[in-house]
This record gives sequence, structure tokens and C-alpha cells, in this order.
Amino acid sequence: MSISKFTDKLFSRATLRGIFAIGIFMVFWEVGARSEEWFGYRFPFIGLVPPPTDVFVSWSGLIADPSYWQSWYMSFLRVFGGFLAAMVVGIPLGLFMAINKSFYGMAFPSFEVLRPIPPLAWVPASIIFWPTQELSIAFVTFLGAFYTIVINVLGGAKSINKQFLQAAQSMGASQWDMFRRIVLPATLPSIVVGSAVGMGITWEVVVAAEMISGGGSSGGGAGGGLGFFIWSSYVGGSYEQIIVGMISIGIAGYISSELLRQLGGLLTPWLKTR
Amino acid sequence: MNTTTQDSATPNTASFAQASSEIVATNISKSYGAGPFAKQVVNDCSFTIESNKLTVMIGPSGCGKSTLIQLIAGFESPDSGTITMNGEPITGPGKDRLVLFQESALFPWMTTYDNIMYGPRARGEDNAEAAQLAEFLLTKVGLEAFRDKYPQQLSGGMQRRAELARAMINKPEVMILDEPFRGLDNMSKELMWEYYAGLYEEDRNTNFFVTTDIDEAIFLADRLLIMTNLPTSTRAVIEIDIPRPRRIDDIGNNARANEIKKEVMTLLHEEAMKSFSGGSKAAADFLDAYSKRAG
Repeated sequence: MSISKFTDKLFSRATLRGIFAIGIFMVFWEVGARSEEWFGYRFPFIGLVPPPTDVFVSWSGLIADPSYWQSWYMSFLRVFGGFLAAMVVGIPLGLFMAINKSFYGMAFPSFEVLRPIPPLAWVPASIIFWPTQELSIAFVTFLGAFYTIVINVLGGAKSINKQFLQAAQSMGASQWDMFRRIVLPATLPSIVVGSAVGMGITWEVVVAAEMISGGGSSGGGAGGGLGFFIWSSYVGGSYEQIIVGMISIGIAGYISSELLRQLGGLLTPWLKTR
Repeated sequence: MNTTTQDSATPNTASFAQASSEIVATNISKSYGAGPFAKQVVNDCSFTIESNKLTVMIGPSGCGKSTLIQLIAGFESPDSGTITMNGEPITGPGKDRLVLFQESALFPWMTTYDNIMYGPRARGEDNAEAAQLAEFLLTKVGLEAFRDKYPQQLSGGMQRRAELARAMINKPEVMILDEPFRGLDNMSKELMWEYYAGLYEEDRNTNFFVTTDIDEAIFLADRLLIMTNLPTSTRAVIEIDIPRPRRIDDIGNNARANEIKKEVMTLLHEEAMKSFSGGSKAAADFLDAYSKRAG
């Protein structure tokens, strides 16, 4: 993307609309949260939430705090660690299940029994069988993305147009060439979609896992990640920080999805032409 | 083949003419499914795809023509009977018999150029000679400006031309086309007929073209195979002795063409009637179309 294209996009109508909507939301939030102070009547629900200005004050205090950024770093590390592991294991597994009938027959039933188990149900078991808490959180994160990626890759590779394979075969392609230049690119869009969905689940899972397991081996807030950050803010009674943590996760998730979308777009240039 | 010796900048002549090659199907039958659910699609069917001729096969839609293509291409084998090419039994798919399918089978993730080069690259022949031939074919099918476009960026007619080029680069002995112009609008369709007939007239290779369109069949064919309804077999063979090159404008006023058309329609009408009494949707469609044309 060139600079001018980037600035065009930055100041486009769509971006302005987005900023406008967030602004309106902030105003309502502020008014609602300060309703008791300003009107002497507390609005239900929203009246109990700290107002955005207080949240920003609290946030600005945290910006210079390395332990806050350490939380970001830890969560990102776990999300990407688990996610990459899920890709490395999940994509070949899905592809192999799609092209090998006997392996499919063996692997698919057990896969389908394990799949409905929510990743968070694995937390206690993984704390027991992984040597460190860090590994058990990473494992649970891995599971979050793993099933979605495998199911998408399998579905994508199985629904390849038969005529693509027949055409390639009659033009003299070897099995390996057909895999590399037909099956793999034909499955790429499904891999990208599966990864995007898997990434979302990974963020959900990592935060919950951090809360449950108490934030990893280094124990305290510094090593705990954003999930633990929220939990310890709650325990410590700092409600503004809870909101800071929540918004941080929102932003972190958005950054991850955007990275993935850009990467996915680069890998599947032919889809943009539709 | 002369591409290596000629001036590399202007490869304006490349010959795709192949030695004679003949496909003979003898008493072939094919069923799908098993037991009480078995459905016979081809029944004791014999025909010859003569060397260096354009053989067109026409029959009611859903009569099993696509199954015959699967058998000739070698993707499937007949339950009984034999199919031979130049006397040798067909045992599997090969680049000597290339198929153009009904739906575009261009690979969506490859540009026009990469699609055309697929065959040579798949066989490890990604060399200057192949690249030069690809350039020549791009020009020949009028897609040189679209070499770096993806299939979705091409119109229906362009996609079919790209696919013709992708097949021709492999210099197949027999080209098999399964209703390749189905789904194109009438204007592109007629342009493609002339275009394809022109390509054929240049090299006179063995071509096998399957269709449900009578006008298309008569315009293109040297020999016309008329198929029966399901389970299919050969109903009649008509030699189309209209001189080439043929042009769309001429064929409408050609007495011989109209005579043949009447004959073909009568035969197909009989076949349609047979399956109409059996409640076939395809037959109802045909009768509908027939009444419009005859009236």
C-alpha cells in the first residue's frame, strides 16, 4: 500500500463514520455513567459502570507502566504461540484427512468426539498434565484454534471441483504436482477463513484461561496477560482498570484479525478480483 | 514442430496438426449404483471417432453423453465392451485426449498465462519452447492483453478460449469438448462456433464435440452421432457434407443444412417422446423447444 493510498483510506468516509459512531457511543456512556452525579438519578446498569473519562485517566496512568504492556505481550505470545501451533498441526491434518480415505476413517470419529469439548473444559486437565502453567495455557489456546482450522481445511479440500483434478491429471500432472498446485491453492481460501475464525476463538480462550489458571508461572500481574489483568483489577476493586483491560483485548483482537486479513489477502490474490 | 528453429520474436506459425488417431468404442455399457438402485446409463453402445474429423455427438440432455466422455477420457472404465485409441485399449487419462468440460475448469488461482502453461510445467517442460508456444496461443485466442488476469476477470467466451489454449499447448491427438459453449449468450456462442470451426479447419485434428444444440451440431460437424435416450446407444450417424469453411450466415440459407436439421429433429423428437412417456424433465424441455422451432 502506498502512502497516498493509506492516507486516503485513513480519512475515507468509512473511517470517519466509524470514528463518529465511537464518539456517539462515548457520549452516551459518559452521560449514563455520570447520571447520578449530574441528574441525581442513577440509570439502571450503565449507572454502575465507571465513566469513559475515568477509564482514560486510569489508562493514561498505565501507559507508562511496563507491567501493563507486559500483560499485552504475554497474551499476544500465548495467542500467537497457540495459534501457530494450531496451524502447523491443523492444516496438514485437515489436508491429510481430505486426501487419504483410510486415515480419514481412523481419525475423523475421534476428532469429532473431542471437538465438542470446550477448550476451557480442558483447563484443569491440562494444568495436571503439562509441567508448567504457561504450557497448559498455551495448550488450551491451541485447542481453541485447532478444531476450527482442521474442520475448515477438511471441508475446503473435500469440496474441490472434481474437474480441476481431472483436467490436471489428463495434462500429465503427478500426484505431488496436483497436491501442490491444485489441492493446496484450492484449499487456501478455507484455510484463511478457518484461521480468522480460529484467531477469534483463541482470544476468547486465552483470556478465560488466564483468569482461571491465575496468570501463568510467574504468578503476579506482571506475567499474567490481559485476562489476569482484568481479574486482578476486579479483585483489587479497580473498576476503571477492568474496562481498560476489556478495551485492550478488543484492540488486540482487532489488530490480530487485521494482520490475518492482510496476510490472507496476499495469499489469495485471485479472490480480490471478484 | 518448428518452434525451436523459427525467429523467436515472431512465432506466427505453429502447427498443431497431429498424426491420424482414431477412437473406437465397441459394445460398451456402464451402470452406476448397485443392486436395486443400479441405473444403467450406457447400453451396448458402439461408435467411431474418425481420425482428422470433427465428430459431434448429439442427444437429449441427461442421456449419458457426459458419462461417455468420462469413459473416453479414461477417468472411468466401462462395465463391459472396449474403447480403443489407435487400436490400443484406453486405460486411464492422458494428454493425448484432452477434455474441455461444460463448466470452466480453468484454475481460479492462476492467471491466464499460468493456466495455459499448466500442462508443460506439470510435465517438467517449463522451457523456452513452451513459453514461446504459450505466447503464440495467447495471441491466437486473442487474450494477450489478459495474460495476467485471473479467470474471474474474463468473460465467459474468453474463459472458453483460454481453456482451448490450455488444451492446445499440450498438442493432444484428440480434443474432447463437453458442451463447451453451454451457458454463453447467443451472440458469444455463435462467435465461438465460428472461432472454434476456424481453429479446427486450420489443423484438422481429431475432435469430439458433445452438444444438445442442433444448430451448433450441424454447423460444426463432419460426422454427426445421434444418441438415444437413457440408457444411451448410437441411434444414427449422419455425414454432414456441407463444404468448409462454413459461416453462420450461409448455414441458415443452406438447403442441405435445413434438410439435415429436419432429419435430426425428427430422430431426436422420437427419442424425446420415448422418455416423455417415462416422465423425463429433459424430454419435456426438448419438446417445448422443438415446438418453438418447428412452428
